[in-house]
Amino acid sequence: MSADPLDALEQHAIHVLREAYRRLQPLAMLWSLGKDSNTLVWLARKAFVGRVPFPVILLDTGNEFPEVYAFRDRYVREWGLDYVDAPCPPVEETDASLPPAARAAARKTLGLKRLIAQRRYAGVILGIRRDEQPVRGKERAMSPRDAEGRWHVRAQPTELWGHYEAAPPPGGHVRVHPLLAWTELDVWRYIKREGIPFCELYLARDGKRFRSLGERDITAPVPSGADSIDAIIAELASTRTEERAGRAMDHEREDAFERLRSAGYM
Amino acid sequence: MSSAPSGGPEPEAAAGADAVHAAPAAPLAVCLAGHVDHGKSSLLGRLLHELDLLPAGKVAALAAASDRRGVPLEWSFVLDALQLERDQAITLDTTRVRVRTPRRDLLVIDAPGHRELLRNLVTGAADTQSALLVVDAASGAQAQTRRHLALLRLLGVRDVVVAVNKMDLVDWREDRFRAVRDALADALARLGLAAHAIVPASARAGANLVRPPSEAPWWSGPTLVAALESLPERAAAGAALPLRVYVQDVYRIDGRRIVAGRLDSGTLAAGDRVLLLPGTREARVAALAGWPLAPQLAVAGDNAAIVFDEEIVVERGELACAPDDPPKLTPVFDADLFWLGHGALAPGRRLVLRIGTREVGAQLAAVHHVLDDASLERIDAPVVGEGGVARVTLRCDALLAVDDAARLPATGRFVLADDGAIVGGGVIDASGYPDQRRLRARPRADLTAVRHHVQPEERTARAGHAGAVVWLTGLSGAGKSTLAMALERRLFDLGWSVYTLDGDNVRGGLNADLGFSPEDRQENIRRVGEVAALFADAGVVCITAFISPYRDDRARARAAAGPRRFLEVHVDSDVATCEARDPKGLYRRARAGTLKGMTGVDSPYEPPEAADLTIDTRREDVAASVERLCAFVLAQCRG
Repeated sequence: MSADPLDALEQHAIHVLREAYRRLQPLAMLWSLGKDSNTLVWLARKAFVGRVPFPVILLDTGNEFPEVYAFRDRYVREWGLDYVDAPCPPVEETDASLPPAARAAARKTLGLKRLIAQRRYAGVILGIRRDEQPVRGKERAMSPRDAEGRWHVRAQPTELWGHYEAAPPPGGHVRVHPLLAWTELDVWRYIKREGIPFCELYLARDGKRFRSLGERDITAPVPSGADSIDAIIAELASTRTEERAGRAMDHEREDAFERLRSAGYM
Repeated sequence: MSSAPSGGPEPEAAAGADAVHAAPAAPLAVCLAGHVDHGKSSLLGRLLHELDLLPAGKVAALAAASDRRGVPLEWSFVLDALQLERDQAITLDTTRVRVRTPRRDLLVIDAPGHRELLRNLVTGAADTQSALLVVDAASGAQAQTRRHLALLRLLGVRDVVVAVNKMDLVDWREDRFRAVRDALADALARLGLAAHAIVPASARAGANLVRPPSEAPWWSGPTLVAALESLPERAAAGAALPLRVYVQDVYRIDGRRIVAGRLDSGTLAAGDRVLLLPGTREARVAALAGWPLAPQLAVAGDNAAIVFDEEIVVERGELACAPDDPPKLTPVFDADLFWLGHGALAPGRRLVLRIGTREVGAQLAAVHHVLDDASLERIDAPVVGEGGVARVTLRCDALLAVDDAARLPATGRFVLADDGAIVGGGVIDASGYPDQRRLRARPRADLTAVRHHVQPEERTARAGHAGAVVWLTGLSGAGKSTLAMALERRLFDLGWSVYTLDGDNVRGGLNADLGFSPEDRQENIRRVGEVAALFADAGVVCITAFISPYRDDRARARAAAGPRRFLEVHVDSDVATCEARDPKGLYRRARAGTLKGMTGVDSPYEPPEAADLTIDTRREDVAASVERLCAFVLAQCRG
């Protein structure tokens, strides 16, 4: 293998994807249309020689940016994806004790739970990374969820030497995280190296850009002059702003994100 | 984390062309280990601060989170993000942090130190070759720390940097540091770990992490960061090793059957021939598939998509390997194992063993010794305790392709699963067991057996007894030859047709071409088994006196003779007793190192699981043993 650390990350992700496809059926991938999940789709095409052999799902709040929906319409066609639109229940159905932005985010948790219950997925692939958020730092490449979608963070399985516990608990499913070891900078370097398309909202306009793409109502752009992929990579090599600084739900309370995740958020 | 959505500072100016175009080197993975509250997470949190690597607003958020719990600024909260971790001031699960020092990019894996959380330590440390061990200056390395070190060694860690932490609490006393350092250096050496550097530090004061400690003018060694920066990079030599690819899956894409598998070692290209184990088939690679481009060559670490040149059925769990340098095929091997399951692991326990994508039932056949936490000595123990490290023998339900971990780490290690959960793992040493691949050769199909005109019953009627094989097995010096010759005399005097095959006698002629490698010993026993079976066919009682250490060899001898004519006799004694007798002086030579592969010393012996007769020569004298053996054979073979 060459010296480029992206090769090792890429090969690890492909190994996880192939293992999930073999051991967790039915299997699906969440496609939020952001840079990470586009990278996932790309890696899946590499793993399975060009064709993504499982459905890709948008947990659709109806609140994505128009640019994001346009991106979706184009690449569902160009990439020949088996696309599933999963509508999310209204905010009224979420846990009222959560802070407002976390409640908005919790709509996706409910949408995901419904979809899994409907289609009985044994495995769901997600593009989360350890460096995004410290709670995600504790994740496994294959992480079981119980029948209620809950994450039992104190009883996580052992993973070593490429062996994973790819067995859903009774009534539950396994979250598959091929990008766990990647950083935000790794993702952008990989997007550049491979020429993976991405939504233009990541590029700076009028001194601001989105570093992380969420719903319109709970995501804000951060100050930036990075108007090209090279500029983004240069910016990330030196920034001290957290990636999810623009995600309101992360910042309402110290425990907000952990509560969301324990209840089944991505 | 409490910073407002737009509260971060303006991004600094672009770092320039370097960051964009130069592919950075892969970060060096370093596992953080140590006793539960010797300050691992605090040290890492403070280190990130000293290196100016914390995100904007992080220190303020930590101060707020610490205030809420009524504690002074807690640096461990950088890593311990879970509420429970913060409330109980303990790391529960492994996490990974990139640490960019002025000279090196590190990936520090913070793993929990608590003894109930070893599985999380294992998860964190499994892919690292270096460790940062944090030890409290006041209490020194405790049993738990030594256990962690033993575990890390098994997982593949080789180089260790030690931070003797909380030096402020012992007033930076040099003698205290030296005492802790010397004890640690000794423990590391015993485990075969390289003590790359042992440095004093105080995480709370931020001393000797990045800046040299003004508190300790006596210290002239490196800072912690300098020690970490100079850790050696041990490059994986995977591509230069022989090919190993476990089949992960088989896809049918556009009419082509594509075999998916990751190269654990070696390289692969179109035209290469591979051997598929545990079968004996060979296949030729027609092409490598890929998207967006098909690669010309796959190397160790790559997930290949292989198209073979004929439509052979290949399944997950098969191993494609270099035909000229294949692994050993054996159902049994020794291993250094770590055990994470609930309760003790005892011989007889059944588990599922996984190597690569191969999965097979396995049984713990024997525990040879366990590692004692306190002394790091190997001690005899009947079972492996929770969190224990031990030398064992495992026996699988089927032939397995195994490499010795010392040569091919990726295919020389396994995990153990119980009810789907990974409960242990280990590295393989199969050097004492024979490769059984040669024995899988089937007899030629064009042979036709010619029928005898004399029936076995006629032979029995004339001799007054049936032909049989009396197979004595046991350690050298257990008493096999003595018993065999005495039995032969007794039966002969009764008028029976009887003959003894004895080790050294057979090796002088029939097996003069064989040495003492596991494969030659296997072949030695195979021939003896076949010859003994022919003797039994001829109506003779054939007594064999061979150590015959391998259970599979004895099973084959039984199959050759026919199970009803084969009497397996375990001549049982322990190594110490046999060594005291040492009739041929072999143990003395083995202990002196001039004789290699001595059963019971540096080569395994597998006792029979269900012998037809067991004679314990420690408790029974020769006369009584002969009496019992003779009575047994008479009862079994009388016409």
